[in-house]
Amino acid sequence: MKIVVCLKQVPDTTDVKINPETNTLIREGVASIINPFDMYAIEEAILLKERFGAHTVALTMGPPQAETALRETLALGIDEAVHLCDRAFAGSDTWATSLVLAKAIEKIGEVDLVICGKQASDGDTAQVGPGIAAHLNLPQATYVRKVDEFDPEHNKIRLERLLEEGSEILEIQMPALITVVKEINDPRLPSLRGKMKAKGQTIPVWGYRDIGVEERQIGLQGSPTQVVKIFTPPPREKGMVFEGEPEECVEQLVGELKKHLL
Amino acid sequence: MSEKGIKVINEKCVGCGVCVKACPFGAITLANKIAVIDLNTCTLCGACREACSFDAIEIFKPQIVRTDVSGYQGVWVFIEEESEKIAGVSFELLNKARQLASDLDTEVVGVYLGHTLKDKIPELFYKGADKVIFVDHPKLGHYIAENYANVISHLIQKYKPEIVLAGATTTGRSLVSRIAIRIYAGLTADCTGLDIDKDKHLLIQTRPAFGGNIMAQIITPNHRPQMATVRHKVMPECELDTNRTGKLIQEKVEEDLFDSRIRFIDFLKEEAYKVNLAEADIIVSGGRGLQKPENFEMIKALADSLGAAIGASRAAVDAGWMPYSHQVGQTGRTVSPKIYIACGISGQIQHLVGMQSAKVIVAINKDPQAPIFKVANYGIVGDIFKVIPLLTKALSNQAKTSTQCI
Repeated sequence: MKIVVCLKQVPDTTDVKINPETNTLIREGVASIINPFDMYAIEEAILLKERFGAHTVALTMGPPQAETALRETLALGIDEAVHLCDRAFAGSDTWATSLVLAKAIEKIGEVDLVICGKQASDGDTAQVGPGIAAHLNLPQATYVRKVDEFDPEHNKIRLERLLEEGSEILEIQMPALITVVKEINDPRLPSLRGKMKAKGQTIPVWGYRDIGVEERQIGLQGSPTQVVKIFTPPPREKGMVFEGEPEECVEQLVGELKKHLL
Repeated sequence: MSEKGIKVINEKCVGCGVCVKACPFGAITLANKIAVIDLNTCTLCGACREACSFDAIEIFKPQIVRTDVSGYQGVWVFIEEESEKIAGVSFELLNKARQLASDLDTEVVGVYLGHTLKDKIPELFYKGADKVIFVDHPKLGHYIAENYANVISHLIQKYKPEIVLAGATTTGRSLVSRIAIRIYAGLTADCTGLDIDKDKHLLIQTRPAFGGNIMAQIITPNHRPQMATVRHKVMPECELDTNRTGKLIQEKVEEDLFDSRIRFIDFLKEEAYKVNLAEADIIVSGGRGLQKPENFEMIKALADSLGAAIGASRAAVDAGWMPYSHQVGQTGRTVSPKIYIACGISGQIQHLVGMQSAKVIVAINKDPQAPIFKVANYGIVGDIFKVIPLLTKALSNQAKTSTQCI
């Protein structure tokens, strides 16, 4: 079985503080990390490899510094990594991004399973995973909380998806794409041996020509959506805080809440 | 390598540094009092150009018209089912669609897929649809992304709607992402605002980014339809008008639109809690301050008194006090109820991004410095073990009349 994990490097929001006066993000010195949801995707790939045997490949599209993220996946136990890095990719929306990743997966070749995190913590769209599946015409399962069974004879997997009101069980014919939620596993930490191994590994860098897309399909040109404006939302109005005897506080709060309850 | 479409006009730049602060990606520095953009880090998001008072930053956007956008008409809403009922978010979207359709002088169309659901169709007309396109097929009886995407893509190509909306639910998001790729449409996720630019006939989509700390406005100028997923509670539902009727279009679909590679086996309903977190008008959440799992009973009692859903902070979920499906925040669910009551939750940014679009936030915490008070409309500084039972009692008395929310 060959598994590709797609991941994104994002600003570490645990580092991000909010300036209490201006209510804006303080972004100075914010470190880059692997998107937290992708950590579960990476772990799931390694777990599947340990359970059933697989060759695992990590894939990211991002600026040169995203190589750090790929090296981290190698230290964790991913077998190889590919870095999609080209200025022509910049400004890609989810349509163009999923095309680039899909084309790279095609080039990697003979992939049975693509695993993504449910969404990235900076963009929060959850569109790229299903987008890749659509470009490659693969069946998809989003919000997967558990991979139950793998049937190597028929190349099928059985899994559980987390929905609003419960979960559903699906059986999917591979090749397929899944996106995973936090509940699926507990990501491991890299071992020292893994880190040493990762250091020496070569990570190929592919540009748009390497994956056979045209410039008009990617970046701003290939993106149907355009960001026209970015603004900071108005800060929430300063609230009323009650302190003192619990009975009195509750009475005051209920008095206020009445305005919002019929 | 092609050059990136952004540059600083050195003659106009005064080195004020506003763009450095505005950049969400830390891609701008000042060198010799001129802004310098690191092209490897820049994502062309445009935040710097917005912030610059001197028009010193230019972004080149290629203008290529691919689709003749003029032939597209109508505002479509994907009608989603949940527990064999039409999901609340679908009715909310029908109402929003009415507003958009009136600005565009066009009609509202509900797109409803399933099996043996005909009795629910009149309600779609009562609550805002002018037309309903209905596809009835045994293979659509349960939602399968591939089948739904194939059928709706086919319908979009046939009828050419101008706008297609779906709820930002697990179903909506995974469905329309697939459709948008197939038909080369623009798709904006998780919108909290939708408006029409009447002059340009464009849908202006507003969505939070970076967990709601910045807002982005997005358009789809050259592709149709313009597609968006929209959060719950962005709009109220239309008033029910049982005199309203509309046109029902029954569509037949070819068997080859169904994908045999995916098979639905079973649905396991989570029985433990009555109210769906995403659809709830009121949510009561508990955090680390509860100290042990038994104390969640207190949260449940308060939730019951309000007919509310139960949420939990990451700390409470990681400690095993509540199942993950109740986690609110960055690695859990994003919710936007009318009232959110945070009990013993300090309000780390990862939690805030999941709930700060709630209309009214109530915080109960013993620490007056807790960040949750910064976003709270109402707060009580005090011992949750005293405050919550008192509040539950007071609200239960209230609730004897009604637990409805305005």
